[in-house]
Amino acid sequence: MGRFFKSSIGRKYAMALSAFFLMFFLLQHFAINILSVFSPDAFNEASHFMGTFWAVQYVLQPILIFGVVYHFVMGFILEAKNRGARVKKYAKNNGAANSSWMSRNMIYSGLAILAFLVLHFIDFWIPEINTKYIQGDMSGLLGDGDGFRYYEELVHKFVNPLRVGAYVAAFIFLSLHLMHGFSSAFQSAGATSMRKEKLQLFGKAYAILIPLGFIFIALFHHFNH
Amino acid sequence: MNLTLKIWRQPNAQTKGKMVDYKVTEISEHMSFLEMMDVLNEQLINKGEEPVAFDHDCREGICGMCSMFINGEAHGPDRGVTTCQLHMRMFKDGDTITIEPFRAKAFPVIKDLVVDRSSFDRIQHAGGYISVNTSGNTQDANAIPISKHAADEAMDAATCIGCGACVASCKNASAMLFVGAKVSQYALLPQGRIEAVDRVKNMVAQMDLEGFGNCSNTGACEIECPKGISLENIARMNREYLMANVKD
Ligand code: HEM
Ligand code: SF4
Ligand code: FES
Repeated sequence: MGRFFKSSIGRKYAMALSAFFLMFFLLQHFAINILSVFSPDAFNEASHFMGTFWAVQYVLQPILIFGVVYHFVMGFILEAKNRGARVKKYAKNNGAANSSWMSRNMIYSGLAILAFLVLHFIDFWIPEINTKYIQGDMSGLLGDGDGFRYYEELVHKFVNPLRVGAYVAAFIFLSLHLMHGFSSAFQSAGATSMRKEKLQLFGKAYAILIPLGFIFIALFHHFNH
Repeated sequence: MNLTLKIWRQPNAQTKGKMVDYKVTEISEHMSFLEMMDVLNEQLINKGEEPVAFDHDCREGICGMCSMFINGEAHGPDRGVTTCQLHMRMFKDGDTITIEPFRAKAFPVIKDLVVDRSSFDRIQHAGGYISVNTSGNTQDANAIPISKHAADEAMDAATCIGCGACVASCKNASAMLFVGAKVSQYALLPQGRIEAVDRVKNMVAQMDLEGFGNCSNTGACEIECPKGISLENIARMNREYLMANVKD
C-alpha cells in the first residue's frame, strides 16, 4: 500500500479522504456554532463538552489537525506536480470554454482558507490551549466565576468589523472551494455517475448553505451586541 | 474570408520556438481547418519559406493525428470533432486565430505543431491489450454472454482514438481520460478481467512515469474529447486501481 499512496491515483484517494473528513467536521462545527444564535446556554454546554471530553481532545482533535495539514500539504504537492507536467504554457488558453473557474483555482481558494485558518487558530485555538493546558484551567468558567466563558469569548471576537470582514471573505472562498470540491471528492473516490446529478445538486447546496450559515453567525453576533 | 494566423514555429526539439504571424486570403468557409493550413503552406512554399509542419493522416476523424491547439482549445472551438473535421465556418472574416502544438511535458515538440505522443504508446504497451493464449480449450468469444449495458460501455470506451486532446486541454496535462478509457474498455468485458489487476497497475505506473499530471476533475477533457469519452471512465479506473492494490 506504500506504493499506492505514491501513485497519482493513490494521492487522489488520499486527498478525497481528507476532504470527506474535513467536510464532515465542518458540518459538526456548524451544528455547534449555530446554537450560539438560538441559545447561549446550549452553546456553552456543547463547547464545554467538546473542549473537555477526552475522546474529542485526544483522539478527534489530533486526527483533525493531521487531516487539515495532510490536505493542504498534499494540495501543494499536487499543484507543484501538475505545474511541472506542463513546462511551456499556452500563449492562448480558453479554460472557461471547458471547465469552471472554481475547478481551475482550487489552490487559490485553498490558500485563502489556509490564511483564514491561521487567523482562526490565533483567535480561538491557541487561547483555548493556553487556558486549558498551560494555565491548567479546565473549568470553562469566566474569570469572575460567573458562568461559562465560551459564549462571552465568541461574542467578544465578533466586535471588530475587520475580523468579521475577514471571516465573511474566508467563507466565500470556502464556498468556492467546495462548489467544485464536494463532487470532485466523490469522483476521485471512484463514485459512479449514476446518481451524479443528485449528488452535484446536493454538493452545491452544501457548498452554499454551510458557508452562508457561518457568515450568518458572524454577522448575527456583530450586529446584536 | 481573410484571416490572420498566429502560429507556433519551432525548427526542432532543441531550438527555442516563437509565435509567428501569417495572413491567408480567400479561405472558403467550406474548407476544413487542415485545408486552410494547406493553403498557407502552398503560399509559404511558393515564397521559398519553410512550410508549417503539422500531423495528419486520415482526415476523417478516426486516426487522432491532427493535434492542434486552436484559439485556446484542443481541436478548436467546435465540439466532438478533431482538427481535420473542424470547418472554417466556425470562424469569421477578419479573425485572428492562434495555433499552438499540444503542450505537455510528456508530449515534447518535434517540430512546429508536431508533438511526440509515443508516451501514449508506452502506456498501451504496459497493459492495453489481452493475451489471447491458445491453450487448446479457448472459448468462442460469441459463446460468452455479455450484458448489453457492459458491451455498450466497453464500446464507448473503445472509441478513444488516442489523440491526446484530453492531455492538451487539462490544466494539469493529465492523461487520466485516455488511460481511464483504455482500462475500462477491457475491465468491462470477461476477456479483459483475466489480466485486470496487472493491467491497471502497470498502465497507471507507466502513466506516472511519463510525467503526466494528476486529475483535478475539472472535466475539461470530457468536453474537448472528440469522441465524447466520459469522466465515468476515470472513476472506473480509480476503482479498478484501488481494488487491484487491495487484492495484493
Ligand atoms: C487549509 C487550506 C486548504 C488548502 C490549501 C486546500 C487545497 C486544496 C487543493 C489544491 C485541492 C485540489 C486538489 C486537486 O487538484 O486534486 C483541494 C481539494 C479539495 N478540498 Fe481543499 N484545501 C484547503 C482546505 C479545505 C477545507 C477546509 C475543506 C473542507 C471543509 C476542503 C475541501 C476540499 C475538497 C472537498 C476537495 C476535493 C477533493 C478531491 O478532488 O478529491 N479543503 N483542496
Ligand atoms: S480520451 Fe478522447 S481526447 Fe483523450 S485521447 Fe482518447 S479520444 Fe483523444
Ligand atoms: S487527421 Fe485523422 S483524425 Fe484528424
